[in-house]
Amino acid sequence: MKKILKSTLAIVAVFAVFTSCNNADKSSNSGALSSNNAEKVYIAPGEHDSHYAFISGGYSGNLTVYGLPSGRMFKEIPVFSQFPTNGYGYSEETKPMLETSYGFVPWDDSHHPDISQTKGKLDGRWVFINGNNTPRIARISLTTFETEEIIEVPNSAGNHSSSFITENTEYVVAGTRFSVPVPQKDISIKDYKGNFKGALSFISVDPEHGHMDIKFQVLMPGFNYDLSHPGRGKSHGWFFFTTYNTEEANSLLEVNASQNDKDFIAAINWKKIEEYVNNGGGTMMPTEYAHNVYDDDTHTATSTMKKEVRVVNPTEVPGAVYLIPTPKSPHGCDVDPSGEYIVGNGKLSANLTVHSFTKMLDAIKNEKFAGEAYDIPILNFEDVLAGSVEQPGLGPLHTEFDGKGNAYTTFFISSEVVKWKLGTWEVIDRKPTYYSVGHLTIPGGNSAEPFGKYMFAMNKITKDRYLPTGPEMEHSAQLYDISGDKMELLLDFPTHGEPHYAAAIPAEIVKNNSRKIFKLSENEHPKKALSDADTKIVRDGKNVHVYMTMIRSHFSPDNIEGVKVGDKVFFHITNLEQDFDVPHGFAMIGARNAELLIAPGQTRTLTWEPQKVGVWPFYCTDFCSALHQEMQGYVRVSPANSDIELSWSLGE
Amino acid sequence: MKKAGIIMIIGSLLLLGLFKFPLWNIMLGAPQYPDPLGMNIYIQGIKGVEEFDLQNIDGLNHYIGMKTIPKAEEMWEFSVFPKVILGMAILGVAIGLLGFFEKLNYKYFLGWFLLMSILGILGMYDFNNWLVDYGGNLDPHAIIKVTNPDGTPMSYKPPLIGYKKLLNFDVDSWPHIGGYLMFIGMALTLIAFWIGRKASLRTP
Repeated sequence: MKKILKSTLAIVAVFAVFTSCNNADKSSNSGALSSNNAEKVYIAPGEHDSHYAFISGGYSGNLTVYGLPSGRMFKEIPVFSQFPTNGYGYSEETKPMLETSYGFVPWDDSHHPDISQTKGKLDGRWVFINGNNTPRIARISLTTFETEEIIEVPNSAGNHSSSFITENTEYVVAGTRFSVPVPQKDISIKDYKGNFKGALSFISVDPEHGHMDIKFQVLMPGFNYDLSHPGRGKSHGWFFFTTYNTEEANSLLEVNASQNDKDFIAAINWKKIEEYVNNGGGTMMPTEYAHNVYDDDTHTATSTMKKEVRVVNPTEVPGAVYLIPTPKSPHGCDVDPSGEYIVGNGKLSANLTVHSFTKMLDAIKNEKFAGEAYDIPILNFEDVLAGSVEQPGLGPLHTEFDGKGNAYTTFFISSEVVKWKLGTWEVIDRKPTYYSVGHLTIPGGNSAEPFGKYMFAMNKITKDRYLPTGPEMEHSAQLYDISGDKMELLLDFPTHGEPHYAAAIPAEIVKNNSRKIFKLSENEHPKKALSDADTKIVRDGKNVHVYMTMIRSHFSPDNIEGVKVGDKVFFHITNLEQDFDVPHGFAMIGARNAELLIAPGQTRTLTWEPQKVGVWPFYCTDFCSALHQEMQGYVRVSPANSDIELSWSLGE
Repeated sequence: MKKAGIIMIIGSLLLLGLFKFPLWNIMLGAPQYPDPLGMNIYIQGIKGVEEFDLQNIDGLNHYIGMKTIPKAEEMWEFSVFPKVILGMAILGVAIGLLGFFEKLNYKYFLGWFLLMSILGILGMYDFNNWLVDYGGNLDPHAIIKVTNPDGTPMSYKPPLIGYKKLLNFDVDSWPHIGGYLMFIGMALTLIAFWIGRKASLRTP
């Protein structure tokens, strides 16, 4: 195969030498070739896409993995939601992942994935994503493509201005959309103003293992913190949050939170607060939040309830927090690759506002303040303004960058993406989206080095884009080629759930790290069975523990007797395969949770509470081999008062 | 004769490559194994090309009733072969040295080559016998039984050398680095013989 490839390449190379002069002529005078968009998204059978896209699932609570430019979906990674497809959130090993201070919460609304960075560049180690509803941040490994960690965010409600990371993945940042009483207490909603707080959480990320820990929370005034992005390059050490409802209304927000001509972008000097905290600053406040960590060796998650969090009042740290007036309820808060420009996408504004980091520092240095809000200095809009894009469209939401000096902003109301130039603020191009675009993504678009070849827009309304599927439809995304001056629509593809943001990355940074199997020799699950000799059944009162193995094409044991009605049977099953892409499934009749899908080398536990006397089958759900249908077994269930002893066998 | 002696020594020493590199390699590819499974045959035993290849080959072979791939201690060959190779290398070096110091006739070089060839052929014969047994001596309770058109059970013997299609598998069996080094070494000893002979013809 390699030989064929080499010789093909050699022929292609020779061909290129002989035809290169002609090619140059063709590309300069023929538009027909460049308009062949089908070719640009066609990935021949067996070939690979050039980019991964990790698209949030919104109300699915999950993260989907797509290929670009083909728009093909490869996988749905369960994050905040139970996933009967593989038993995530149902198996004993993964149930702790969904524990919170509210108890077991088996769903969420996942929003903004962000890929880990080193020195401002995507390093492809982890994807972080926020659960918007029950505030949580998850970390997903890009070697196993599984959720490895979930940390709950206390004092927060509507975890929306999350989960964006700093340029060396020092922090993943989570801001609250809803301000709430901190700590929570029983007060009248009408007492909102002045009493509610908005917590902005800085969660440190261990550089080696990725483990998350809430370093501090800044307790801001009771605005709504909508979106955020880190400073980078010259502005590294700062974080920017858009706000709306600076009116601090508590009812009919669509009117009452749209009264102020300008809301704010909050600029937080997290380096300064970090230093303050490292020197013992801030207050440890009692609270409760769950920290759930999955271990690849034990194949098991553990949940720990944390009891306190460090909070910092912004006025405690002079010079750490400033408010930049920004027109009309800004939504997206986006920082260009150089770190100089901070785009406030004022969603009710006719113009797009761009602030200058350098001007901001000057204004701070000269102490030119327009006033204060809750003792936090407010800068002058004009002092910080870098420029405005005049009347670019209606309802700007989000902006990404191509690394070539251009910015791309989505306009929800006018349903389009507009390309404009940083510095001159002139509009270069506009292309419609179908329909009502929310976020857009350029691979590496939230980093110092974007890969400005593709951009895709994720839309909120689908209508007639695909064959109709009843009132409820998947959302639609459009892929554009942005390598030229003008954007070119290449492809329309459906997405799963409701994508909010997505993060994309060149495939070569990730694909070679993808794991094929889990090694049995590294399996440290306390209830593993590595051979037939390890298989057994142990009764502990009404709990029956079955230590089982699976390999093509049988379970061991596959005949089990001595189980009684009223027992709780734990099937601890180890997949003995060490071959790529040979998972086995396990399904028990009448199981009121889910089936299991068990990867090679992994151990998983399904709990089954037999209800009825009889002989009940189980089987493999994943067509694993030519004898998959033979991969089955029986459990004999006797009456509760039966004295039949436990016994088990295989092949007798 | 000095030159011939040196070449003889080099040729014999190349045999030692077999202690580091595989003698032979068998690769098994199939539609569902785009990255083929493979075994490297060393003089001391059989190893998988990738960490779990042997286990996976055995796993697949259990359907057709083949025995598992033998461990080193299960075949006498893997303790005898290293001794034979080491012995032949030492013998070759000794002959080369004696030739270098003109204590020996060049014909010993040819003698070494012939002895090595005979041992090699015996080795191949033995290897082929193992392949016949491995591919044909099947468990009568095998899950899948495939017969030839004449009704006899199909053999899954991999080819001694070359390519063969076995059910869904494409099997390639070829010498590996250690094997090629041995062949080059043996060729060098033949060249040594040739040069030695020429040298002796020139000096009456």
